[in-house]
Amino acid sequence: MSQLVPDLTTLLAPLSDGMSLAIPPDYSGVALAATQALLKRGVRDLHLIAVPQAGLQADLLIGAGCVKLLEAAGINLGEHGLAPRFTAAMQAGELRMRDATCPAIHAGLQAAEKGIPFIPLRGILGSDLLRVRPDWRVIDNPYGENDPIVLIPAIRPDVALFHARMADRDGNVWVGIRRELLLMAHAAQHTLVTVEEIYEGSLLDDPALAAGTIPALYVTRVCEVPGGMRPLGFEDEPSDAALLARYANVARSVEGFDGFLREWLA
Amino acid sequence: MNSLSYTEEELMACVMARLLRGLRHVAVGALSPLPASAALLAQALEPGLQVTILGSRKHLRFTDGGRELFDCAAQGRIDAFFLSGAQIDGQANINLVGVGDYAKPDRRFPGSFGSAYLYHLVPKVILFRQEHTARIFVPQVDFISAAGVSPPNVYRPGGPQHLVTGRAEFAFSEGQFRLVSTHPGTDAEAVRAATGFEFESAASVPGTPAPAPDELEALRGAVRAAVSEIYPAFVARAFAAPTP
Repeated sequence: MSQLVPDLTTLLAPLSDGMSLAIPPDYSGVALAATQALLKRGVRDLHLIAVPQAGLQADLLIGAGCVKLLEAAGINLGEHGLAPRFTAAMQAGELRMRDATCPAIHAGLQAAEKGIPFIPLRGILGSDLLRVRPDWRVIDNPYGENDPIVLIPAIRPDVALFHARMADRDGNVWVGIRRELLLMAHAAQHTLVTVEEIYEGSLLDDPALAAGTIPALYVTRVCEVPGGMRPLGFEDEPSDAALLARYANVARSVEGFDGFLREWLA
Repeated sequence: MNSLSYTEEELMACVMARLLRGLRHVAVGALSPLPASAALLAQALEPGLQVTILGSRKHLRFTDGGRELFDCAAQGRIDAFFLSGAQIDGQANINLVGVGDYAKPDRRFPGSFGSAYLYHLVPKVILFRQEHTARIFVPQVDFISAAGVSPPNVYRPGGPQHLVTGRAEFAFSEGQFRLVSTHPGTDAEAVRAATGFEFESAASVPGTPAPAPDELEALRGAVRAAVSEIYPAFVARAFAAPTP
């Protein structure tokens, strides 16, 4: 069976309300066209996992009321400043948050990748993150002596969703050096990908391409959506700075956000 | 601009760059234009320094995804890193999370990012914050994103060593800040009034050395050009135009 599907509705069918959804940072490959489709569908109660941080995509989902739990090391709009709906939701005490630190999210996904329940990680001791993250434990290093170390539980997302350069007709997906996408695919139950283009031939035949390829084994569905990351940038294409600046400004109010969303989804 | 022949940002970049002398590898986080400028200035003056800048395509020599910076730091392959805070206290605790009650903060910030980890593992962490007010430099942060000091049994090859602000430079050791120098237009007394925590200072605190001609030339030439690829708006605001 081929993973290639003709439209976003089919691509996103494996993602149900209430699932955990892993998304990449803005510098990687954000599937915003797919997010648009999710917003139109009215997805609800997501446990959103930013790997390890997120921006516009998370803010849109939060503002539209699609997120019941957020796990992230940081949410902002990059050079456009604070993510307005995230900030408002947190200040109103309306969003359940699992504050994290970047390497803890990477490490939790690495534990899932290895099929182990947790992974130790240096640093963090003395941070209030340990106070607000009771699921992070501190043990004494069993191979040392009087050496406290933090344990991070495995993060196994139901779904990973991202945008990549290309996929072949066998469902292999090329991500190049954006290997956090590979990590996400390894850790998640289902991986849903939009791509700029279809590669004719197998991405696994050429070792130079294969080194940057997620094998189809880890890929659930792929859909060809050129420009599927817009208005964010991708590779050498810059983000739409004017649109992001406008969003950062208008979305500070609920009315402004609703207006932006109506227009964007139209 | 002030009446000086350089901007506050240019002075801060020079002060921060001087702290990188003799190092092998400095890394700069995303959205850190001032540290990026300092790192590239240090490299321009001392070309052996390797500079890694997150968010840059040219100055990012990683191939293993988002985790590589952190794994690299844990192995001791990064000598210096820059961190900032919405609040910084006298114990060098930094807060990137929020002001007020955690569950319903008065002001919420983006989050801790890599601070809770890199603060422990990178030998020389340089804190920076241009705004130097008692709103930022508080007696005690409302939320500790990353702790400034640790008990002796905590594995901690890294930690804060310096703080550079728009008014002064401090050193941090043995759990306390010490005023090293004050920038033009201010003095130790004014710095103390703008700082919410106690710090040590000598009876006479020297002025921060002004940017040297070679520093300014590099900053306004090669560094300006390189940084504007990542932060064009910052460069236009912070750096004087190169002298023809």
